Amino acid sequence: MTAPAIRATGIGKRYRLGEHHSFGSLRETLVDRLRSIGRTRPDAEKASIWALRDVSFEIAPGEAVGIIGRNGAGKSTLLKVLSRITEPTTGRAEIRGRVGSLLEVGTGFHPELTGRENIFLNGAILGMRRAEIAAKFDEIVAFAEVERFIDTPVKRYSSGMYLRLAFAVAAHLEPEILLVDEVLAVGDAAFQKKCLGKMGEVTGEGRTVIFVSHNIGAIASLCSRCLLIDSGQLAADGSPASVTASYQSKLYPSPGATSDLSGVERYGNGKARFASIAIDALSKEGNPADCLRTGHQLRLTLEIQAQHEVVRANVAVILYDPTGFRIIDVNTGLQGSLLSLAAGERATVGFTLHDVLLKPGVYLIGLWLGRSHVEDIDGIQYVTAVSVEPDPEQPLHSESFPGVYQCAFSHHIQRRARASS
Amino acid sequence: MKPATPESARDELVVIEPARGIGSLRAAELWEYRELLQFLIWRDIKIRYKQTVLGAAWAILQPLLAAAVFTLFFGRIARIASDGVPYAAFSFAGMVLWTFFAQGLSLASNSLVGSSHLITKVYFPRLMVPVASVTAGLLDLAIALAVLLFIILASGLGVSLRLLAVPIPAILALITAVGAGLWLSALNVKYRDVRFVVPFLIQMWLFVSPVIYPASTVVPRLEAAGLPGWLFGLNPMAGAVEAFRWAALGVDTHPWPLVAVSTAAALALLATGAAYFRSVERFFADVV
Repeated sequence: MTAPAIRATGIGKRYRLGEHHSFGSLRETLVDRLRSIGRTRPDAEKASIWALRDVSFEIAPGEAVGIIGRNGAGKSTLLKVLSRITEPTTGRAEIRGRVGSLLEVGTGFHPELTGRENIFLNGAILGMRRAEIAAKFDEIVAFAEVERFIDTPVKRYSSGMYLRLAFAVAAHLEPEILLVDEVLAVGDAAFQKKCLGKMGEVTGEGRTVIFVSHNIGAIASLCSRCLLIDSGQLAADGSPASVTASYQSKLYPSPGATSDLSGVERYGNGKARFASIAIDALSKEGNPADCLRTGHQLRLTLEIQAQHEVVRANVAVILYDPTGFRIIDVNTGLQGSLLSLAAGERATVGFTLHDVLLKPGVYLIGLWLGRSHVEDIDGIQYVTAVSVEPDPEQPLHSESFPGVYQCAFSHHIQRRARASS
Repeated sequence: MKPATPESARDELVVIEPARGIGSLRAAELWEYRELLQFLIWRDIKIRYKQTVLGAAWAILQPLLAAAVFTLFFGRIARIASDGVPYAAFSFAGMVLWTFFAQGLSLASNSLVGSSHLITKVYFPRLMVPVASVTAGLLDLAIALAVLLFIILASGLGVSLRLLAVPIPAILALITAVGAGLWLSALNVKYRDVRFVVPFLIQMWLFVSPVIYPASTVVPRLEAAGLPGWLFGLNPMAGAVEAFRWAALGVDTHPWPLVAVSTAAALALLATGAAYFRSVERFFADVV
């Protein structure tokens, strides 16, 4: 068996609280030193947090591994340790091969320098040789689609051009081990797709890749294995499908439960607010089901609490695919009813989506209350996610073909005998 | 596409673990990243000249104006000795080298804090950043040297083969600026007070260096006090400035004992600075 490309053993990283944001002044340190004379040790344990704790794994050469986890779970810290930006407090990692790490796009870009100059500078900072950059220069420029502006200072670039150029350089890195942090979350949809394609090429070439992302779809399509980091610890390690499923169950409530929405991130003027959401899966016939399957019914029950008067507002539920692409938008306005509430009044709004012919996968749900082009009263971009499971009545294709939508269809086949005359 | 990895990297094994004790220089790694150093120097030069209206003129104006003021006050009014050459040429020569040193040290001290976006996002030997800041000043020095040559010829001093020795004091000043720059830039990451200390330190350093006055006024007094004259050379810039004037102006001094002590002092500063820097650089990303 070949030696692993990455072997991490008991990696831990402790941050002293405050160290991250504030820096000591000389006076503070001197005062602290003076005060600690005679004492044994200042209790560092107390004023510190473990961003990572006892993380161990091995990654074989050529493996493409995704890392998922909540914000602040320690994913980025792990990547920083592996890219040698920060040192682990405990443990040890062995890395075999040249590492290229991509924690952001455009690291070291300088606004005063031209596109051409920035390609060379950024390439060098990311660890490319001058000759290597020169050889790929035309390819990079073409990928970024900035040929006409290559000798213009990047401060005059639009933000889209800037990102395209930055990503183009990064995408042409050819290290043996590539560490990537959430960089695909930038740029317009078309360019993101192009980047994903390029990443697919990279993983296809047998390079070892570690890819941190919130984009579960991207992880599922690029990676053969997935790690889940939760509160600084390795919580799951397995196929992207199984790990993302356990991630979803950790992050989002299971069907049937009512979740309180008082603490979630939202936008809007707040005249009224979504107080809670309950999600139920129903079978085709409308009976309660244990999970949502292709073709099932999905019932959403929303509690709305009005703080101020609300006049003729529309209530909408939106379903997105894991990349954030909007698939379904249902709203009461489509069926001619708008919601009016007096201050302090409460309302329950129920939706039943009758034929959820979504293919198996994870879908995100968003809520919106407002009057189009007039006001957003309350909006929650992603309130929760539902997982659609394969329909067991379709045993022929338990592993479904890729895609989002499975329409209801009928078909016929007509066979003809060979004309023998 | 073929992997562009050099053969040597095939079996490269990097071990990441908490380091103990003082850092070694890890010179092989610095050599590995030499191209990045070139790029950082090139960047520093480009940016310096792109962002300023006067560009290269700054490299000349600063020492020129300082020398003009010094000539008026110290040369004409205070009548400070100048090793037998016109005081204007004497002080301008001193200021040319001093400006390179002071500029480099000041930029180096703030270089790491100014590069926090790089330090928190990508790995490379952090030593490159302050070294690039100082080295980028060599272009300014070369431009100022051309003006100095013009002034030398204009004041009828004439040039000799000694000019070929100019790189020696230039390198000595470079080593001193890098050595002190490593100390101050690393301290600045941890203690932001350093930012306020540096301008003051540079000002004080100017007064204890033979820029405004010649070493020939200091050394005899040290000796008269029963101290060895070479003590003055413990300030590396003392040897550097004296040797610079010897080479550029052809002054009739014997700076070499001073230069020897200054070289030793500069190398000590560089060695301790590099050791300190290497031992604390692993914390930079956490605190910067």
